Amino acid sequence: MTDLTKLTIAQLRDGYKAKDFTSLEATQAYVDAIEAHNAAFNAYVTVTPDLALRQAAAADAKITAGNAGNLEGIPVGIKDLYSTRGVHTQACSHILDGFKPRYEATVTQNMFDDGAVMLGKLNMDEFAMGSSNETSYYGAVTNPWKRQGERTDNGTALVPGGSSGGSAAAVAAHLCAGATASDTGGSIRQPAALTGTVGMKPTYGRCSRFGMVAFASSLDQAGPISRDVRDAAIMLGSMASADPRDTTCADLPVPDYEAAIGKSIKGMRIGIPSEYRLDGMPDEIEQLWEEGKAMMRDAGAEIVDISLPHTKYALPAYYIVAPAEASSNLARYDGVKYGLRVDGKNIEEMYENTRAAGFGEEVKRRIMIGTYVLSAGFYDAYYTRAQKVRTLIKRDFEQCFDAGVDCILTPATPSAAFAIGDKEMAADPVKMYLNDVFTVTVNMAGLPGIAVPGGLDNQGLPLGLQLIGRPFEEETLFQAGSVIEAAAGHFLPEKWW
Amino acid sequence: MSVDTATVKRVAKLSRIAITDERAESMQSELNTILGFVEQLQEVNVEGVEPMTSVVDMVMRKRRDEINDGNKAEDVTANAPMSEDNFFMVPKVVE
Repeated sequence: MTDLTKLTIAQLRDGYKAKDFTSLEATQAYVDAIEAHNAAFNAYVTVTPDLALRQAAAADAKITAGNAGNLEGIPVGIKDLYSTRGVHTQACSHILDGFKPRYEATVTQNMFDDGAVMLGKLNMDEFAMGSSNETSYYGAVTNPWKRQGERTDNGTALVPGGSSGGSAAAVAAHLCAGATASDTGGSIRQPAALTGTVGMKPTYGRCSRFGMVAFASSLDQAGPISRDVRDAAIMLGSMASADPRDTTCADLPVPDYEAAIGKSIKGMRIGIPSEYRLDGMPDEIEQLWEEGKAMMRDAGAEIVDISLPHTKYALPAYYIVAPAEASSNLARYDGVKYGLRVDGKNIEEMYENTRAAGFGEEVKRRIMIGTYVLSAGFYDAYYTRAQKVRTLIKRDFEQCFDAGVDCILTPATPSAAFAIGDKEMAADPVKMYLNDVFTVTVNMAGLPGIAVPGGLDNQGLPLGLQLIGRPFEEETLFQAGSVIEAAAGHFLPEKWW
Repeated sequence: MSVDTATVKRVAKLSRIAITDERAESMQSELNTILGFVEQLQEVNVEGVEPMTSVVDMVMRKRRDEINDGNKAEDVTANAPMSEDNFFMVPKVVE
């Protein structure tokens, strides 16, 4: 029999239907693959094989009975940020030590209702704060991709990006058919770009945030990381929903995203923002962008130059808004309600000791920045100003869309994957933040964005292209994304594990 | 704007995060790097611009003011580091 872990979600679905193999067989293949290879990547922080095999057996019964759901019997990995009933949920932080929720996130419940099989919980940057998956309490994740000539156990280990680094690595290494992820400033799209996978961040409000561990509530959004564009469309179709338990969740029907795959983009207007051409950007990124434009043009789209003048202010504004919201959201971790407690001589000292021991350094930095910018006397100078800049960033996009641009094409990241423990980035937090320079604008404006593999750099590492769309027009991104995929092809890491 | 170590300690206190003197010093330069980076927002002309309150153009859904969930004290306290009879246990706060 073929190795079932090589198949996409669509191929598994078709194979189940044709009775070529069962979900139990596919799930067992993944359980075995994780057992054999997870140690090479550290992608899963906990595995749930018994649950997975139970869910797979139930899925097979439904498939046989002819009432299979959209994800029936599909083995997936879940980012540790989603609350999963009775299963490890810590957003990879020590402060949630031992936390096992008594409830289920809406997104995962939607997926289970549609028949998904959960293989385990995936590594991530602590509280989704990071762009390299190195801030996780459970340690760094290794990217399945290594540089050409270094593809051995001893070759330089590269980061998979972050914060959804475990999700991206597991999908690229075939340790799950697809994975949930989340994106506050680029945490779906940047790791997808660095691992040759597809990452879709939908419009703010498209997926419910109920049961997702909160980082920055006005920016956080759930989405999938998958092998290809079709699989991302299939997954989002299950993840998205209206939800009375999240008041910011959009009250809109979920369209048939998969139907958009392969549709012609003839006549579509694709915007190219001049502000995304950064000083010192590697030639390869520029070249990739040019190739992306050619792919669009060859498929009949019209390329138009556009301007998004406030682009350069998105990242600094983000580093006020996101820490401010985080400082408020993370106030709930106090050693009383759940997770870690470190005693002190009074309640205040208990709070301080618990939070000092429970939060990692990046999380502490962001809580303190957030507390500072919200403190008396600084609120208007920092927070109110950042929110005004955010209005301007959104307006830039609106003016382009109003002028008839259907979607915007940019590089997904300013570079390919870098080494774990990169000294320059470790020494300067802002250097690390710059990884998200092309993705963060999309969160600030609440728009949908997709990262699709565009090619390899001269070291043999994957690079991604990003498409940005109008609010709630994810279908356009799947449509245009599948054009890039058809032209650029698929990229698989050479196996060293 | 930049912060001194006294400010770092005050912010740590407000954040309820214990911090050593040594760490306060290294944290000072880290925070100043970030504050230096966000300083460029000062050059943006924001006159007459409304601060963003909702990123997506929609009216927030409201629900009826009625009880539709509850009686879950055991679930609520199940993950507490210390609890008794469905109460959270904390160090003594009233003498």
